[in-house]
Amino acid sequence: MKHRSFFWFMLPSALAMLVFIAAPIVSVLIQSVYAPHEQVIKVVESCSIFGCTESTTVDQDATSALRDAEPLGRFVGSQIYTDRNHLATEEIAVAWQEAEGFGDFFSKATNLPFYGAMSFTLTYTAVVTPMAIILGFFIALGVNGLPKLLRGPTIFFSLLPMIVTPLVGALILFWMIDSRGVLGVGLQNILGDPTLSLKASTPMMWVTLIVYGIWSSCPFAFVVYYAGLQTVPQDSIESAKLDGASRWQQTWHIVIPHLVPLTTFMALIKIMDNFRVFEPIVSFNAEAHAQSLSSFIYNDLSGETQLLSSAAATSVLTIIGVVILLSPVLVRTWRDYGNQR
Amino acid sequence: MSASIQDQKPLYLKVLINSFLVLWLLMAAFPFLWTAWGSFKVEADFFSKADWTNALTGVMTIAESGEYFTTDGYHGAWVQEEFWRAAMNTLIVVVATVCISLTFGTLGGYALARSAYRYAFWVLLIALVFRAMPPITLVSGYLLPFFELNMWGHLPTSIIVLVAINQPFTLWMLTSFFKNIPQELDESAMVDGCTRFQAFRRVIIPVMWPGVITTGLFSFLLAYNDFAVTAMLLNEENKTMVPKLAGFLGTTQTKGNVMFAVSSVVSITAPLFVLVMFFQRQIVSGLTAGAVKG
Repeated sequence: MKHRSFFWFMLPSALAMLVFIAAPIVSVLIQSVYAPHEQVIKVVESCSIFGCTESTTVDQDATSALRDAEPLGRFVGSQIYTDRNHLATEEIAVAWQEAEGFGDFFSKATNLPFYGAMSFTLTYTAVVTPMAIILGFFIALGVNGLPKLLRGPTIFFSLLPMIVTPLVGALILFWMIDSRGVLGVGLQNILGDPTLSLKASTPMMWVTLIVYGIWSSCPFAFVVYYAGLQTVPQDSIESAKLDGASRWQQTWHIVIPHLVPLTTFMALIKIMDNFRVFEPIVSFNAEAHAQSLSSFIYNDLSGETQLLSSAAATSVLTIIGVVILLSPVLVRTWRDYGNQR
Repeated sequence: MSASIQDQKPLYLKVLINSFLVLWLLMAAFPFLWTAWGSFKVEADFFSKADWTNALTGVMTIAESGEYFTTDGYHGAWVQEEFWRAAMNTLIVVVATVCISLTFGTLGGYALARSAYRYAFWVLLIALVFRAMPPITLVSGYLLPFFELNMWGHLPTSIIVLVAINQPFTLWMLTSFFKNIPQELDESAMVDGCTRFQAFRRVIIPVMWPGVITTGLFSFLLAYNDFAVTAMLLNEENKTMVPKLAGFLGTTQTKGNVMFAVSSVVSITAPLFVLVMFFQRQIVSGLTAGAVKG
């Protein structure tokens, strides 16, 4: 295709992405080095018969005028990045010096909000991705063995956890595990502890969120593997059978190698999706026990006063995280492309 | 013929696999069925500390409303809290987002599929990075400019933002789809004297619908399921269903009207049920399109 027609065909899409994805990244970068204006203080001298006293008050008019004139705020450089709510360089340095051993340092660091959010996000991604893929694989094997008639309805119900709005899916589970919900009461009865509440403790909350994650993302793995299973070369299976390979050997030596390329693709998509985990934390009302990077930004933005600069700094750090996470893929794609030419 | 060789599974394996599948189906379907059933009960039944069978027998529902099922939750949400307004907004946002992103996406995807130059590859690579970014990171970049430009709070703003966030995925999907349409088709049209755009319009558009419908389904899901963008960029009156539901959690839970939220959850899920029922084949093929081809 000629450059000229490529340009015109691409223009609407490229423009949308430039204005609403690329420009906001720049906007976030700029915002993250500005802090809100401090209030303008004025000194008022009030005189009475006993003499004059000076008092300081907030000059509301001047403050709002300044804020209107320069909505970005004042330039502070990297100050927001290094403050306690983000990279917390000072606190980390102190913790490093005082910590007894690596475990102690780690627990001190994850008590800081940003590192806490980071550790949850990474744990979630690292646990949910492989678990969902494995579970999805077994479901696919199972459905593949079903008679044709039953496959359709099975696939229908299996798709639901993935298709349904994340906020809604998480809420449905949240209500069931509520201490008055059907699963919550069930657990209390099984464990014989009527005060048990999954919402009350941090480890329980993490486990619950991860279970939700696996529940909602294994259908994707299932569908991809199920489609992959339809394309397994039947003649290889036949000849393996003739050679006397057992069922396990067939699965292990023919089916699984056939599915490996799908697994890398799927892991990539799932890592991207899990890294942005957000809605379940809102649904589970879990901010006190677990924050992800996304929910951390959301909390800054949805408070009474929007902490734009703080949210912007976290966003920049998150975007850097995404690029680091993606870098192996980017490098590989880049190399593959180079080889093709 | 092949069945004769060795297709009979041993009994223990059959039992194991089928019980695993039944367990999974319970996990996948039960929460939805339970919530749909419970949305027609009163709170004391749906959240019953004393006896979970209350939700089935509806003791409190009969005591409070005199009927076995009650639609109080739906009435409260849709009429009293004006959930219908949110439903209308969702309809507008979703339809507009799907139409615009498919228009942009087909043009762009076609160009990317037919261009052999290096920049086409770069566009796709950048789109992949954009695809991986959490939408909420972008939202924090929108807020201040939108406030300053007086764009915040309106439906068109959210629509165009959702279109943009949708583009990377749409481009990837449609590019791989257009690559499967033989190049000779539009090239022969151009040999016959069509311009590139005429070839696209006369030859490609008539054959592109299966791919466009599949991509459209996923655009629909993205716009319909979005929370980050619509919650932060719409004002109270323009809220779509999902942020409206999140609002119920903050305010009505304290008033003891958690059933409003339960009924809106069911209302949001119902259209998705219907969607999956009708388009199951397309959804499955769309999910696997990128994967199976590699």
